[in-house]
Amino acid sequence: MDFLNGIVALANFVLIPAIAYGSQLALGALGVTLIYGILRFSNFAHGDTMAVGTMVTVLATWGLQAMGVSLGPLPTALLAIPVGILGATALVLLTDKYVYKFYRAQKAKPVILVIVSMGVMFIYNGFTRIIIGPDDYRFADGERFVISARTFREMTGLAEGLALRTTQVITVITAVVVVAALFWFLNKTRTGKSMRAFSDNEDLALLSGINPERVVLVTWLIVASLATVAGVLYGLDKSFKAFTYFQLLLPIFAAAIVGGLGNPLGAIAGGFVIAFSEVGITYAWKKVMVYLMPPALEPDGLVQILSTEYKFAVSFVILVIVLLFRPTGLFRGKSL
Amino acid sequence: MRTVLLFAAVACLILGTGFLQSWNSALLILNMGLISAVMALGVNLQWGLAGLFNVGVMGFVALGGLAVVLISMPPVGAAWQAGGGGILLGLVLGAATIVAAVLFWARTSGKLRGWGTAGVMLIGMVIYRMVLDPSVEAVEAVDPALAGYLGGLGLPVLLAWPVGGVLAAGAAYVIGKTALGLRSDYLAIATLGIAEIVIAILKNEDWLARGVKNVIGLPRPVPYEVDLQNDPAFVERAAGFGLDGTTASTLYVKIEYGLLFAAVLIVLLVLSQLALNSPWGRMMRAIRDNETAARAMGKDVTARHLQVFVLGSAICGIAGAMMTTLDGQLTPGSYQPLRYTFLIWVMVIVGGSGNNLGAVLGGFLIWFLWVQVEPMGHLLMSLITAGMADGSWLKAHLLDSVQHMRLLTMGIILLLVLRLNPRGLLPER
Repeated sequence: MDFLNGIVALANFVLIPAIAYGSQLALGALGVTLIYGILRFSNFAHGDTMAVGTMVTVLATWGLQAMGVSLGPLPTALLAIPVGILGATALVLLTDKYVYKFYRAQKAKPVILVIVSMGVMFIYNGFTRIIIGPDDYRFADGERFVISARTFREMTGLAEGLALRTTQVITVITAVVVVAALFWFLNKTRTGKSMRAFSDNEDLALLSGINPERVVLVTWLIVASLATVAGVLYGLDKSFKAFTYFQLLLPIFAAAIVGGLGNPLGAIAGGFVIAFSEVGITYAWKKVMVYLMPPALEPDGLVQILSTEYKFAVSFVILVIVLLFRPTGLFRGKSL
Repeated sequence: MRTVLLFAAVACLILGTGFLQSWNSALLILNMGLISAVMALGVNLQWGLAGLFNVGVMGFVALGGLAVVLISMPPVGAAWQAGGGGILLGLVLGAATIVAAVLFWARTSGKLRGWGTAGVMLIGMVIYRMVLDPSVEAVEAVDPALAGYLGGLGLPVLLAWPVGGVLAAGAAYVIGKTALGLRSDYLAIATLGIAEIVIAILKNEDWLARGVKNVIGLPRPVPYEVDLQNDPAFVERAAGFGLDGTTASTLYVKIEYGLLFAAVLIVLLVLSQLALNSPWGRMMRAIRDNETAARAMGKDVTARHLQVFVLGSAICGIAGAMMTTLDGQLTPGSYQPLRYTFLIWVMVIVGGSGNNLGAVLGGFLIWFLWVQVEPMGHLLMSLITAGMADGSWLKAHLLDSVQHMRLLTMGIILLLVLRLNPRGLLPER
């Protein structure tokens, strides 16, 4: 019984949150990695692209709620995601047309593009704050739990509860669907293949008649959709705040680099590596250990390696370790 | 000629603030402008001279701020008795763990290597936490409302400025050692990360600098306004200028700060100029422009990069210490990457990367705009919303959003400069 309780506590506090967070990071990191693979720069504005997409979704959700539309047990925001994707797409395409295109034509060095993306980051950030404001917004509605801790306890008779939030289930399902669709697109369709060719060897791709502007356009479309979905899922799970999304840049980049920049599979693996380490290292393990260890060995402290405020340190340390021992990332980076 | 004209223009902007708004705010802009100029010099050394992409300026600035607390605050005797020794021992043990792990990794090979190193780290961490945690608790329990930290060394506050530089340089050395020599994007992410970690440490390690409870009332290198107001000789002299004691004392204090900051800026500027035009500076630019060629000429690129990275970060640390001294308090919650990292980058790019005077100019100009965009935006929004009905939500929302205009403006300025004048206002010669 103690063993089961321990496993349930582990699942409740570590596994489930980490899987949900990992899926969100993976979607974010996929966007970063796609831009790196096709447009060949690290996009510092990615966190704020997520924020803009989510903001539009939140506004649309409020609109739907005001009209009395709802999805019953599911959050209304799911209906509003397409609007958010449209908003984010419009914004990144405008940005590409008026900002990035110029530097692409010039064949500017990647680091110049990074600085340009810094300027874009400022603008998106200001834009989000002007429209919706800098505060915290919760926009999740519908049923809160699939299984609440109390029902689980009553069902199984265990002392530990297992809470499964609706948003967590939605996150994982959506992430799986989106990732499957993305890989299908990259591997099976003509456009997807041309994107991979372009990322692999630009000159060769151009020679074989691939239209670079079309590849770039499709990339931005995908990136805007991924960013919006990642942002909305994160916002549903926690809450929407412009500054938090900006800060997500660090774990997302860490995930993309750990997996190998430019490698979509790596981005997913990296997202989960970062999420599991973040949750695992900042979780107070005492609760689980009480069940799994003999009473004599029971720890008196909380057995928390670092307090939760240090979660950025975790992404960073993993990043450094990977950079030191395997600079190209877990999966070989730099091609789609 | 262009240089003189542009500097004169910025001087006019600041003087204009003095005439139109108040001399107090003009001096405030000037002082922060001086500090920003120092930060921009540091970033310019790294980016303009060596092409290193450091987005962790905020971390180095915050370390400079920490130095002010550690140097100038009086030590808290009770806290030292409660757990000072334990904390020091814990930190030494922590450092020893890392050294031991590195040595283990270097001395062994084969299958045992990875697990052994991890084991050494784990055991070391457990001992470290066992020593550190009780002491930290004891220290934080000492008069938590006023103290709850170890305090500083009680030395003169000006000493903290170079120490801030040294702290930042130390951190820069560690990051540089790991991330330099890899791709430029990696250095960017690594510095971004270290900046967040420095802020997290400042916020959470209460025994160090009280965390989010802030350290207030830091000693000042200049007299207090109250003392000046109570000094009859000063009031009399102020009356000679036609000023009352209160205004005169605030202006006097700000001018003294300004003189101190200007002295630091001039020294650093002269040093940077000398470095830029020395054989060392030419070598750095050669490395920046063509790394492979420089390497072929026998230059140790990674070592030179490390050198210039440490120097530039040290300058940012000095600027951070100056800023915390000016504020008179250390508030870890107020450090934001947009303000302390990316804004400095805007200064360098707008001013002209590779040109020290350009960086200084950019520091003044962008800081002026950062401060003044808000009132300007307010004016603009009042004009736009003038026709709307009072109390409508749109009007309130628009007026509220003025404070976020500055981010938007900075982004637009950066993009415009990059597009139309990528070499900046004062291009590199």
